[in-house]
Amino acid sequence: MSSDVLAVAEHRRGVLRDVSYELISAGELLADATGGDLHVAIIGGDTEAFADDLNRKGVDYVHTVSEGEEFNHDVHVQAVEALHAEIDPEALVMANSVNGLDYAPAVANSLDLPLVTDAVGLEYDGDLTVTREMYGSKVETTVEVSGDQYAVTFRGGEWPAAEGVGDAEIGEFDVDIDTDTGSSVTGFEEVGGGDVDISEADFIVSIGRGIEEEDNLPLIEDLVEATDATLASSRPIVDSGWLPKNRQVGQSGKVVTPDVYLAIGISGAVQHVAGMKGSDTIIAINTDPNAPIFDIADYGIVGDLFDVVPELIEEFS
Amino acid sequence: MKVLVTVKEVAEVADDFEIEGTEVGERYLEYDLNEWDDYAVEEAVQLKEDGPAEEVVAVTIGPERAEETIRMALAKGADRAVRIWDDVLEEPDLLDVETKTNLLAAVVEEEEPDLVLTGVQSGDDNFGATGVSLADEIGFQWAAVVNALDYDHDEGVAHVHRELEGGVEELTDVELPAVLTIQTGINEPRYASLRGIRQAQSKEIAPKSLADLGLDAGAIESELDLTSMYEPESESDATIFEGDASETAAQLAEVLREKGVAE
Repeated sequence: MSSDVLAVAEHRRGVLRDVSYELISAGELLADATGGDLHVAIIGGDTEAFADDLNRKGVDYVHTVSEGEEFNHDVHVQAVEALHAEIDPEALVMANSVNGLDYAPAVANSLDLPLVTDAVGLEYDGDLTVTREMYGSKVETTVEVSGDQYAVTFRGGEWPAAEGVGDAEIGEFDVDIDTDTGSSVTGFEEVGGGDVDISEADFIVSIGRGIEEEDNLPLIEDLVEATDATLASSRPIVDSGWLPKNRQVGQSGKVVTPDVYLAIGISGAVQHVAGMKGSDTIIAINTDPNAPIFDIADYGIVGDLFDVVPELIEEFS
Repeated sequence: MKVLVTVKEVAEVADDFEIEGTEVGERYLEYDLNEWDDYAVEEAVQLKEDGPAEEVVAVTIGPERAEETIRMALAKGADRAVRIWDDVLEEPDLLDVETKTNLLAAVVEEEEPDLVLTGVQSGDDNFGATGVSLADEIGFQWAAVVNALDYDHDEGVAHVHRELEGGVEELTDVELPAVLTIQTGINEPRYASLRGIRQAQSKEIAPKSLADLGLDAGAIESELDLTSMYEPESESDATIFEGDASETAAQLAEVLREKGVAE
């Protein structure tokens, strides 16, 4: 076994995803601690161009596997397993993304590596300790990994993007890949189009679980009308079918950056925050003073939306 | 076709709570069916109602208390249930992905389902990895984060949509046998009917110990250890408006006017 770190980059539809550069930062920290080299793998797509882009400060090797245009979990599993066998790294690090979670658990199980997902922090003193959240960010935990080799997936947005140009050795990694595996990607579909583009709005009034029932939505619609705002929501409201998908703010919905984002009855789960943290001013109304939304809010009201919103409508009528 | 659906009883934590050791105090916890699994159960029951599935079996890993939750799955239409538990499972603070994979794989071996549906993740420890890990262990195909499922019985293929980030969905064909991890919003989970609740009382929940599943304590050995739990330090530097509803609303309105977004 080596003390190296193998990080697997991620791309989609011709571009490297931001989390790839963050994995390099996290991977560099870890490789500094273990005293090993940092290897970065890129599997599929325009590997040549991707490899040049991934050659950033701290990267020692970039391994390309030129197989397929888009992500395919069978290709990823086979390529990562082969790279793991070759490099025999202490740490295998991957993105805690939708595609990351479509191959990382299979790789970890197949290689018999302990797997810690959704890491938001790490410490190393000969053993790795990973910080992760539980109960919808209400608590943090530390998980100690006692295995010699392990796999970790890192949450996006928690580490800075690696910058600069490195002096990595770039090379194609030869591996025989069986592509006749029973799972095939047939296309992509953009969702969330329609009558309104919330990412264009200057002032967003966004509603979450706190609204409790569909019958209470008119209260928020009245506020939206009184203030000439644009209505948006967190995921549960769209999942329940109370608002269409094009109103959803968050990781799987739209990313918005309005002048003011007024979050009403939204706790501020990480998936939601990913879609609105770039707003200039964030205002939250929530009954729970410990709700994570207050961590990123500029202004807040700790109170019941059913008391506050009618008063707010009054202010603008 | 036989469908196995994994369900988990998860704890929700009250707004105010205390941590005792590496756990949240029991009195601050409220137990419920994991939100994602609710959608997986609905998807399984719909496959039965629409024809392709002959039987829906729910499986859970949990103590006797979890029977209340798994009965909800039975009341919504699952035919019977398997509950895995063993005294040795009470020890660790964290049942890791590897352990859950081993336990569920043993049930798959007994039940021989064609399709396994799991929730994308659980609302408590949020690992999001068991379904895909299980697929690898039992040699099934898989797809993670599925938010649309159209099963073609003649071809034995599931046409699915995978919900990627940023409002993009990936269209994928998956050959059965397969494991699909189900995302919220894929359907509208039903409420259990009174008739369903009554019928669930007489449906089987088969308890299975490690020995029953042909496993020994080695199946639950873990290289992960939950060493601490704490409340994250608040990073909030928000200005919190004080006063009653009318006073706080007035201050908020003032900010909106200052920012020039509302008049």
